[in-house]
Amino acid sequence: MSDHGSGAHSGEYEDRLQAWVGRELLTRRFGQDPVNVPMIRHWVEAMADDNPIYLDESAAREAGRDGVVAPASMAQAWTMRGYAASVRPDGEPTGMDELTGLLAEGGYTSVVATDSEFEFERELVPGDRVSVEEVVEAISPEKKTGLGAGRFITTVRTYRDAAGEVVATQRWRLLRFRPAEKPAQEPAGKPAGKPEGEEAEARPLRPRPAINHDNAFWFEAAREHRLVIQRCADCKSLRHPPGPCCPQCGSFAWDTVEAKGEGHVYSYVVAHHPRHPAFGYPLVIAVVELTEGTRLITNLTGVEPADVQIGMPVVLDWIDPDPDLSLPAFRPADADAKER
Amino acid sequence: MSVLPGAAAIAGIGATEFSKESGRSELRLACEAVLAAITDAGLQPSDVDGMVTFTADTSSEIHIARNLGIGELKFFSRIGHGGGAACGTVQQAAMAVATGVADVVVCYRAFNERSGTRYGLGQADRPVDVSADRAAYSWMTPFGLSTPAQWVAMFARRYMHEYGATSEDFGRIAVIDRAHAAKNPAAWFYGRPITLEDHQASRWIAEPLRLLDCCQESDGGQALVVVSADRARDLPHPPALIWGAAQGSGNDQHMMTSYYRSEITGIPEMGLVGRQLYAQSRLTPGDVQAAILYDHFTPLVLPQLEELGFCPKGEGKDFVADGNLELGGRLPFNTHGGQLGEAYIHGMNGIAEGVRLIRGTSVNQPGDVHNVLVTAGTGVPTSGLILGADA
Ligand SMILES: [Zn+2]
Repeated sequence: MSDHGSGAHSGEYEDRLQAWVGRELLTRRFGQDPVNVPMIRHWVEAMADDNPIYLDESAAREAGRDGVVAPASMAQAWTMRGYAASVRPDGEPTGMDELTGLLAEGGYTSVVATDSEFEFERELVPGDRVSVEEVVEAISPEKKTGLGAGRFITTVRTYRDAAGEVVATQRWRLLRFRPAEKPAQEPAGKPAGKPEGEEAEARPLRPRPAINHDNAFWFEAAREHRLVIQRCADCKSLRHPPGPCCPQCGSFAWDTVEAKGEGHVYSYVVAHHPRHPAFGYPLVIAVVELTEGTRLITNLTGVEPADVQIGMPVVLDWIDPDPDLSLPAFRPADADAKER
Repeated sequence: MSVLPGAAAIAGIGATEFSKESGRSELRLACEAVLAAITDAGLQPSDVDGMVTFTADTSSEIHIARNLGIGELKFFSRIGHGGGAACGTVQQAAMAVATGVADVVVCYRAFNERSGTRYGLGQADRPVDVSADRAAYSWMTPFGLSTPAQWVAMFARRYMHEYGATSEDFGRIAVIDRAHAAKNPAAWFYGRPITLEDHQASRWIAEPLRLLDCCQESDGGQALVVVSADRARDLPHPPALIWGAAQGSGNDQHMMTSYYRSEITGIPEMGLVGRQLYAQSRLTPGDVQAAILYDHFTPLVLPQLEELGFCPKGEGKDFVADGNLELGGRLPFNTHGGQLGEAYIHGMNGIAEGVRLIRGTSVNQPGDVHNVLVTAGTGVPTSGLILGADA
């Protein structure tokens, strides 16, 4: 909240950043060596993978292959440039270097890889030559994370064979962030007991919601930073937590309305023990009553535990603890007014 | 007229020692408690033909029946919702006996709740599935609201706001529990009373709850034997007649987090239990001489007193501060030391204390007790009993 108006939030900066979406970070480049048995042997030994189809011709044929195949997880290995290139760059700035510079300009100087998803199209066999190219798929708005405010950068790496046919794609996500400067009072703050300077250490994920047919819509909307309330399509009554059937009229038909994001603290807890490593303590958990009338369990941000009061007006805020989870939080409404 | 009131009685009680590390399996604890209760009732394992426990118990009746030589069972049943099940097991047994479905039914609960799976650590890291029960935690655990103390603290804060109750008002409950436990050799906190100053000096767990507002965690087992009132009269101990036995789940009921009702300072499911108990027994709160009220956390004792008609709404704190719950008071309470002082056996040890009060054998016996009211877990679908002496 203290960063409003800084460069990282200006529309001009945002435009420059979003211009990277769809752009190539890495032009198609072939690996140094074709797919080969010695590298496969080193890999499966290091990984302790004893599947015989990687090294034993007859076992591979029995498994329906024409001969030995490379482990799918080696796709990236075939295109790595090796140690020398990583310590002695060739001096030609890549798209990646440029984007990294732009992010550093916004203060996002630290980086942590958050996830990698592979999709494999066909198995590689000895003799295949593999290339890789990388394109920016998405740059998220700034999100508050346990590590600090940052942006998730999603790129897609496409692996092709010599004929240009796609053999695998990899969706790769990094968090580029501003290291947190001080322990925040909010739930995304630093873990209790961690000394300063260890901020970059990743906080364990918050407990996952159990998603099912009846509640998925709410968490999906939250990922888009929309706080929705389930509404009966027949009698129009609102309900939360959601469920498949309207207790007022018995209808199974429902839709949602988007909450205005205003309410007041109905009750609250300041949690001290036991400490879950995903949260900073003391942790303020509240039941907020929305102006629409429904209540929800949530976290309060931007307020000291001692300053929380029942009846306090609050407005919607968002917490993005990790790329797969966004949760509504609330902050004092009067603090918001003062800031303006 | 209901066939239930007075038809059945608790004729035997039995427990293991209460500890922090039993060093034995939960099944063995259950077997020991069940055998002790059968022996206390002057019966043999082969006399038992029904068993009831909690869905939360890990030892099915078949394991106990097999190990103790109970043999054939004609009735077996389980009650859900954690500690809310306690008195519900006795209701099941009493209904089975009253209808002739079974003759001798044992209710039991045994666990290594301290040395094994600790409920107090919360739900945060339990496995995720798509069941409605698990999905209910989706509205809590991602926000860090995952332990029983935190769930209760949310109610307690609102109660303080509406009625002006304070941390000291909660602390008085702990002081009484521990005073009674201090005189009970079976209690974990035997010989260790606390003062209100000790309570106020104890650290925060989940504000407004301090450490000494929170029940201990225990290993142990407790069992009860239910037979017909007629049969009980022929057994060694004076029967504890079951005049009332009721369950209750309120409107818009959730597990520990019914925060969405128009008001959250009461415990409507306990009010529902109380109304049934008085209707069944044809008694009023004025006819009840002692109470064993579920005390996993001190704040929810106050609204229980209100819901059960012992004092008006919002005046639980005054009722307690006036000394009514002490041994010489209007309604001696948790004479065994409660779960805070004796042991946390999911409310089943409180039912055993209710039986001792009727027998006149409590270590803190407050004189003649004709009727005692016992409750099960608060914040969850719950249950209650009125036990009475034979006329
Ligand atoms: Zn409806």
